[in-house]
Amino acid sequence: MAFFWDKWFGKGKTKDAAKERLQLVLIHDRTDLAPELLDRLRGELIKVICNYLEVDDEHIELGLEREDRTVALVANIPVKNVKRQFQTRK
Amino acid sequence: MAARTIVITSGKGGVGKTTTTANLAVELAKIGMKVVAIDADIGLRNLDVVMGLENRVVYTLVDVIEGTCKLNQALVRDKRVENLYLLPAAQTRTKDAVTSDQMRDVCLMLRDDFDFILIDSPAGIESGFRNAAIPAQEALVVTTPDVSSVRDADRIIGLLESMEKQSIALVINRLSPKMVKRGDMLDISDVIDILSVNLIGIVPEDEAVITSTNKGEPLALEATSPAAKAFSNLARRILGEKVPFNELDYLNNKGFLGRIKKILGI
Repeated sequence: MAFFWDKWFGKGKTKDAAKERLQLVLIHDRTDLAPELLDRLRGELIKVICNYLEVDDEHIELGLEREDRTVALVANIPVKNVKRQFQTRK
Repeated sequence: MAARTIVITSGKGGVGKTTTTANLAVELAKIGMKVVAIDADIGLRNLDVVMGLENRVVYTLVDVIEGTCKLNQALVRDKRVENLYLLPAAQTRTKDAVTSDQMRDVCLMLRDDFDFILIDSPAGIESGFRNAAIPAQEALVVTTPDVSSVRDADRIIGLLESMEKQSIALVINRLSPKMVKRGDMLDISDVIDILSVNLIGIVPEDEAVITSTNKGEPLALEATSPAAKAFSNLARRILGEKVPFNELDYLNNKGFLGRIKKILGI
């Protein structure tokens, strides 16, 4: 905690905190406003993954999760089967 | 001579839309353009007072739309600068007194007589903003270098993009070079990184903005303070000139070192 205090509030460097907070908050603002963004991403991800793995489309979970100072795209994709190499080359 | 129609907007209130509109209008008119500034903030008008023309308002935008008067009866001609006109907002009505089609019609009526139509948008994202933005092909987004303004500017930029404006450009207002140096204020590159939009103006914090509004004489009329120079640069860039972003350089020549530099002529 002391490390963060000095980093963001000591020596007048508050603008770094501002920039970081803004970037994080805008990730959420922009995706909240455009749910199609995540839908399209989901669609394309499924296409690519299906080249290698057989997945359960209906139960894919995709979302942005915020933890502390980072945002991550988190996906949970149930796998039914792994495709054989020769099948993908058809 | 179809006018370029530019909306000056921000999302956040109080960041300098009206000040920018007023001073940009004066600068463009000084260069020789024929300019009309429209106050689209119905019910909370301020462009008249910032331009110092409040005593000359007789008819307003709403009067024109409702047919109470002819368009040229509502236009207030600025006696200090050739070719500069104001179309004031109504003070006693609200933003729903006007539809976006009506705003578009008024701008169409003005298009052939002017080089520039500057529309001072109200704050917000509702109908007031939409009515101001719809008739415009170009947009200037004004922001100050702080978290709230930049967040709101991002939202407004998103809305302007969905309205398919031909150009959207950013004006960063009220920059304090001292605070930027101390690391306590977002700097220009921070704001541009975050918003990903073209920069067209930077205006330093300047007490002259307040004193000029007190007197009702837009800064641009006498053009010596840092903010005045910034508005002049903004006008030139809007006209296509490549002006370097040296608005903050005036600070390098202040203080003891600055005075020595001046004496030595460097």
